[in-house]
Order: sequence, then structure tokens, then C-alpha cells
Amino acid sequence: MGQNVFAPWTDPAAEPLIRFQNVTKRFGSFVAIDDLTLDIYEQEFFALLGPSGCGKTTLMRMLAGFENASEGRIELAGQDIDGIPPNKRAVNMMFQSYALFPHLSVWDNIAFGLRRDRMAKAEIDARVDEMLKLTRLESFARRKPHQISGGQRQRVALARSLAKAPKLLLLDEPLGALDKKLRQETQFELMDIQEKTGTTFVIVTHDQEEAMTVASRVAVMDHGRIIQVATPEEIYEGPNSVYVADFIGDVNLIEGRATASGEDGYSIEWAAGQPPLSAQSKRPFTDAQRCHLAVRPEKVAISHDRPEADNAVEGRVLDIAYLGNISTYHVELPSGLVIKAQAANTRRIARRDITWEDTVWLSWSASAAVMLAD
Amino acid sequence: MTRLSWFNTVSLTLGFAFLYIPMIILIIYSFNESRLVTVWAGFSTKWYGELIRNEAMLDAAWVTLRVAVMSSTIATVLGTMAAYVLVREGRFFGRTLFSGMIYAPLVMPEVITGLSLLLLFIGLGLDRGILTIVLAHTTFSMCFVSVVVSSRLVTFDRSLEEAALDLGCSPFEAFRLVTLPIIAPAVISGWLLAFTLSLDDLVIASFTSGPSATTLPIKIFSAVRLGVSPEINALSTIMIAIVTVGVITASLVSKRNALRRQKDEQAAVQNA
Repeated sequence: MGQNVFAPWTDPAAEPLIRFQNVTKRFGSFVAIDDLTLDIYEQEFFALLGPSGCGKTTLMRMLAGFENASEGRIELAGQDIDGIPPNKRAVNMMFQSYALFPHLSVWDNIAFGLRRDRMAKAEIDARVDEMLKLTRLESFARRKPHQISGGQRQRVALARSLAKAPKLLLLDEPLGALDKKLRQETQFELMDIQEKTGTTFVIVTHDQEEAMTVASRVAVMDHGRIIQVATPEEIYEGPNSVYVADFIGDVNLIEGRATASGEDGYSIEWAAGQPPLSAQSKRPFTDAQRCHLAVRPEKVAISHDRPEADNAVEGRVLDIAYLGNISTYHVELPSGLVIKAQAANTRRIARRDITWEDTVWLSWSASAAVMLAD
Repeated sequence: MTRLSWFNTVSLTLGFAFLYIPMIILIIYSFNESRLVTVWAGFSTKWYGELIRNEAMLDAAWVTLRVAVMSSTIATVLGTMAAYVLVREGRFFGRTLFSGMIYAPLVMPEVITGLSLLLLFIGLGLDRGILTIVLAHTTFSMCFVSVVVSSRLVTFDRSLEEAALDLGCSPFEAFRLVTLPIIAPAVISGWLLAFTLSLDDLVIASFTSGPSATTLPIKIFSAVRLGVSPEINALSTIMIAIVTVGVITASLVSKRNALRRQKDEQAAVQNA
């Protein structure tokens, strides 16, 4: 890693901005957050990712002050924030519905928080103008929220929550209401604004692509627990569990039994009558331990002839999903297992030489697969 | 525009005739020259002139107006507060009981409400007059306000209030600066409803009014018992006119707002 890489979580001396310590949140008998410990550092763009009901929104609402922890301690910049009401926290939130005040103009919406701070008139004017410029809304200042488009409303909501220069900005599914193309543009805009303002962003999303694009680190959550916290690359390339591998992107999971062979190497018995697969793992496995081999489809090569590779299996093409830039081949192995392989369509489709019902070879290297314990 | 079939034309005519013929007759006879209500003797506006000179009648009108303004204002404040707590504060102990109880006066026979208030005022030793009528009207119109306001609050996006808190408002500021302006139309219609209810209430007012204060409906009712005079017709016509103008204005304003909003939203989509 170079010296300029932003990675405070690798520095043991770094003080986290937010610190969750054994936090539990219960609603009646339902446990929304289950004994969770997490550090988030200044200037991070931190994504909470998980299916609906996994507790990510509850976690965010505890930071905003709308919910209090049932147990444990939440610190913001070293201070315990339990019981501090939302209006006394240096934290602002951008709501999923945007929650723009319909009776106020764009300008007044952005100025709303500044006015509550009894800021001088000239200062408010300057700050609002700065926010309008940052979000490219100068020409819409006098409009009411219902007089602007969805994308513009999203930017007003962002400008309003950034206006008070919070230590921490919370974004609850900020791009959920936008269509796909606008969402992608806006993701880069968000990253740009985050960099310019140097604010710490915590974003809640169920869209893994969005989390991967914008975040410096991603926390994958399930049932009120954090399953893995890592950079997008680590999460994708080195998931720590079947759940994470399956939740992030597309993955082939092959179940088998591991046997050590050489340093960090294992051979995996996966189907009767088939040669074992070889894989590498830094995590130790005992002999005959059950494991899952996770291989990303784009790391599986497809060919007519048997290739020279660490792992090669033969199968029959079941289905082809043509996505334009890439095609995904669904190949059924003799054991009945279906493996997905992806290939970039570098040639025009007319010259594609693999088609339905073809017998093909799938291959991947020993380092391409990740071994996961049960 | 489609032409109505003969059946639909007939049902429409019958329906509206049923609703409006009595009122039309009343309006026509208010311009009757004759003192006899049922005998037409030519057009005249003299009963309107008589009405203006009738001190007792004007006094009653003034009392009614004051009672209506005061009671509807107090009812609006109390009713809005009750609706806010019942809709917003979720499940507190006894919530179902309270929300049921606030609607009960809607179906309570007015005679009973009037009688119980009368007993209360006597028990308290309150002299019956404007104050007691205001209190009584507040009591029964408050639940109407609360129904109107809570139906608006149910559809109110809670995150708007949370956003206000998040941006530094105290809970009261959030209500004053965000919730109240947004639910204002419902609060205003609640006020208008309470105002109208108070304006035309006869039963409760007759229990709670005293010799020092008589409202217009009581005045009209007692006058009619001595025989319908064309003056009463004139007075009723004026009341109908006021109500009509009010209703038409309110619907025009809301229609214009709706149209403007629709146009704005179309423009926003096109500019996007």
C-alpha cells in the first residue's frame, strides 16, 4: 500500500469518530441490533449494507438520536451520545423520502438548520449560496420542492443536511428513488461532495453495487449483527462467510471436504468420481472439514477444449444470459450442479462459438477460489 | 360533455328539487310585500330594512358571532392538540380508550350533552351567559376538529418532523415551524366546521344560554313559535347568502391551488 492511501482503520493509533461498543437494541422482544461493536473513522465513506430488516436503519437512527441503545455505549468523537436528543447532535441526516419541507422554498429548506442556530443573516446567505453552488441548484433557489424534479430534490436534501457542516452525515438509502442512470451519476457526485467537504458519511443501502461504488469500507449486516467489515475489494475478493460471498455479487458455491496439500494449499473432494479441486486458503482447515468453495463467475473461463488449468470440469451449456457487454453461461455439471461462467463479449455475437447444449470445459486457477468454512 | 338520459335527468331534478325547493321558497318570500308569509303581494325589500332596525335580532346575531369565533378557536387549539397526541405518540397506556372517547361526543344526543353541561354549570355556580355557551360549544365541536385534524396527521410523513429535529429544532419548534404550516389546511377546515356548528346550534345553546345572552337560532326559534314573520325569512336569506359565498370561495381557492400545483409539477418534470 502506498503512503497516500486512506486507511485509518489499519492504524492502531487512529481515534475513531464513531465507536459502537457492544450495542444492543431491542424493540419489545425483537432484537434489532445484537451486541454490535464497530469503529468508523473521520472522513470515511462508510456503507451499511444488508437486506431489509437487518438492522442497518436502526443503527443509523441511533446515530441520529431517534433511537437509544438498550445496552452498550455509542461514542461520537469520544463523547457518549446516549440520551442526547437529535437537535443537540453535530450529526445530520438525509432521509430516504428526502423529507423536504413542502411549504418552504429550496433556499429556505437549506437555510432551515442555519436559522435554528441563530446564525447572522449575512452568514446564512453566504452558506446557503455555497451549498446551492456545491449541488448546482443556483437557478432553483426560489422554487418549492414540488416544482423541481426528483434528482433536484435529492440534491436539495443533500445540501440541507450538509449546510450545518456536521461532523457526520447519515444517508438513508439516498438514491433509492432515482432511476438507474441518474443513480450512477449521483453516486459519483456524492463521492465528489464527500471529498470536497471532508465530512464523514455513513450510508445505508441495500444496493450492493452502490455500496461498492461509493464506500471506503462496507459493513455487511444480517439479523442485527455485522458479518464482515472491509474495503469493497476485500469484501468481494475475500468474503469471510458464505453469507457475504452470496450477498455481494454473483458467486458459484461448491460444497466439499478439504484435505491439506502443500503450504496453504488444499484439495477438495466435491463429487464422487471427479478429480479433487485445488484451492488456496490462509485460513486453516482441518482434514476432512466441510467447506464451501466460492468462485466468482468472471473468474471461471469457458472453452471447448480441455485447458491447462488448476481446476477444470466438464459440463453442458444450459442457458446463456446475454447482457451486451458480457454473457453469463449456465453450465450443468454431471453431478447436477450448475456453475456460472462469465465471458466478455469482445467479438460480435454472430461469431460467438459456444451455444446451447454444447459440451464445454470450465476452468479456474487455485487462487481464484475462496475457501469458506460452514 | 355527454347528454344525460331521461332517467338520469329526472333523478337529478328530483334530488335537487328535494334539497333546494324549501330554501328557494324561503328566499322568494323574504322579498314579499305582504305581512302574511303565505300570500304573495309583490316585490319589496322592506323586511330587510325592518331587520336592520330590530335591535334584539342584531344583538342575538352579534352574540352568535362572538360565541362562534371564540368557541371554534378554543376548540381548534384543543382538538388539534388532542389529535396530535393520539396520532403521534404511538401506544401509550390507555390510548385506545382515549381515542374512542374523543369520538363519542360525535354520536351523543345533543339533548344529553346540553343537559349534562347545564347540570355542570349549575353545580359550579356559573351564571349562564356567553361564557357558558362558549364552553358548551367548545366541548362538542372540539371532537369534530380532532377528527378532521387527525385524518390529516395520519397521512403526514413523520420524517418531516424528524428532519426538523435533526436540523436543530426542539420538539415544539418542529411542530410550530413544520407540522403546523403543513397541516394548516386541515386545521382551518376544522375551525370552519366548528364555527358553522356553533353558528347553527340550537339545542345545546338553549340549555346553556341565559337571559343575558341569546343566540340567533334561539331567537329565530322563539320568534317562529309566535308565528313566522317575513323578517325571519329575510334573516334566513342573509344567512344562506353568507354560507353560499363562504363555500364557493373555499372551493374556488382550493381548486385554484390544486390546478397551480399540477401545472408546477408538470413544469418540473419537463425541466428535469
